[in-house]
Amino acid sequence: MFLNIFTSPWPWYVAGPLIGLMVPMLLIVGNKSFGISSSLRHVCAACFPANISFFKYDWRREAWNLFFVSGILIGAFLVAQFFSDPNPVQINPKLTTELTGYGITNYKGLVPNDLFSWQNLFTIKGFILIVIGGFLVGFGTRYAGGCTSGHSIMGLSSLQRGSLIATMSFMAGGFIMANLILPYILKLF
Amino acid sequence: MDTKEIIPEKKHHQFITENTDFEVRSLDMGINESELKHPWWYNLKYLAAGVFFGIVLVKSEVISWFRIQEMFRLQSFHMYGVIGSAVLTGMLSVLLIKKFKVKTIYGEPIEFPEKKFNKGQIYGGLIFGFGWALTGACPGPLYALIGTGATVIIIALFSAIAGTWVYGKFREKLPH
Repeated sequence: MFLNIFTSPWPWYVAGPLIGLMVPMLLIVGNKSFGISSSLRHVCAACFPANISFFKYDWRREAWNLFFVSGILIGAFLVAQFFSDPNPVQINPKLTTELTGYGITNYKGLVPNDLFSWQNLFTIKGFILIVIGGFLVGFGTRYAGGCTSGHSIMGLSSLQRGSLIATMSFMAGGFIMANLILPYILKLF
Repeated sequence: MDTKEIIPEKKHHQFITENTDFEVRSLDMGINESELKHPWWYNLKYLAAGVFFGIVLVKSEVISWFRIQEMFRLQSFHMYGVIGSAVLTGMLSVLLIKKFKVKTIYGEPIEFPEKKFNKGQIYGGLIFGFGWALTGACPGPLYALIGTGATVIIIALFSAIAGTWVYGKFREKLPH
């Protein structure tokens, strides 16, 4: 029973407030604005600045962000090793029906193994989902000036109008892709 | 804030003034100046904060591709509940910090960088949304998924870094 609390997934009303608490935690601990996507820029600045002005800054000053994202990786690793939920994610049966139609039959992991695996990386749909998808995430987030954490959580929490517009655009883009374009991609090989 | 800005050269100045992205400004100006005086291991507290955040991301299943698909199909309340209650908690915290003028553990006043509106938030936001629905992951979950053992997501992360680099390369030519 006790262990169940750790292995079973947390409901939204537990997880949401805990995520929201990241905002004051980082502010109080060192005046840091909660955000993840800047880490991608710091990696560019540290590894491939290529004389591009956008990457010419002292990334070491922003090293906290790289420590933060490394922590995310470690935290996720710890859960997977010690408190992982043995049951598949409980998803809406309508989604299961739709995805099964595209040949997605494995619902055990957090990501569908039928799409996100090394074997599928060089299938057309695997390449689009993993490589193109990742590229759009990195390009779009920097173009928008932040991601879900920087804009949708931190920006909205501090009542930034730009962040509200960015969040609405994130959602609009997601709705268009998931409902109008993704069905065609999932039909590909 | 403006009084603190020291612009070393003209070229730099031009870059800053043309720049509509406040986040960039704050990075270039280095708003966290106290950080320089701290030894590197002060950053370990951010590692700890990251571990906490990583645990929550996995346990709440918000890093699941399936949950993201449900969200964009309006098939589940879960994601809306998580993001909505996170924003409410964040808002309340910011309100309290401002009201009681809470300081950092080092006694500095807490600053809130402004994210001014620019068109990049719309164009970039839409592009980000496309990517989010494809990979089922925004940047935080990319790191978390790799941690859970979905190793192929390393490729998605490299792609995201490449995307950021390409944006940096062409940002002067893009509408903002």
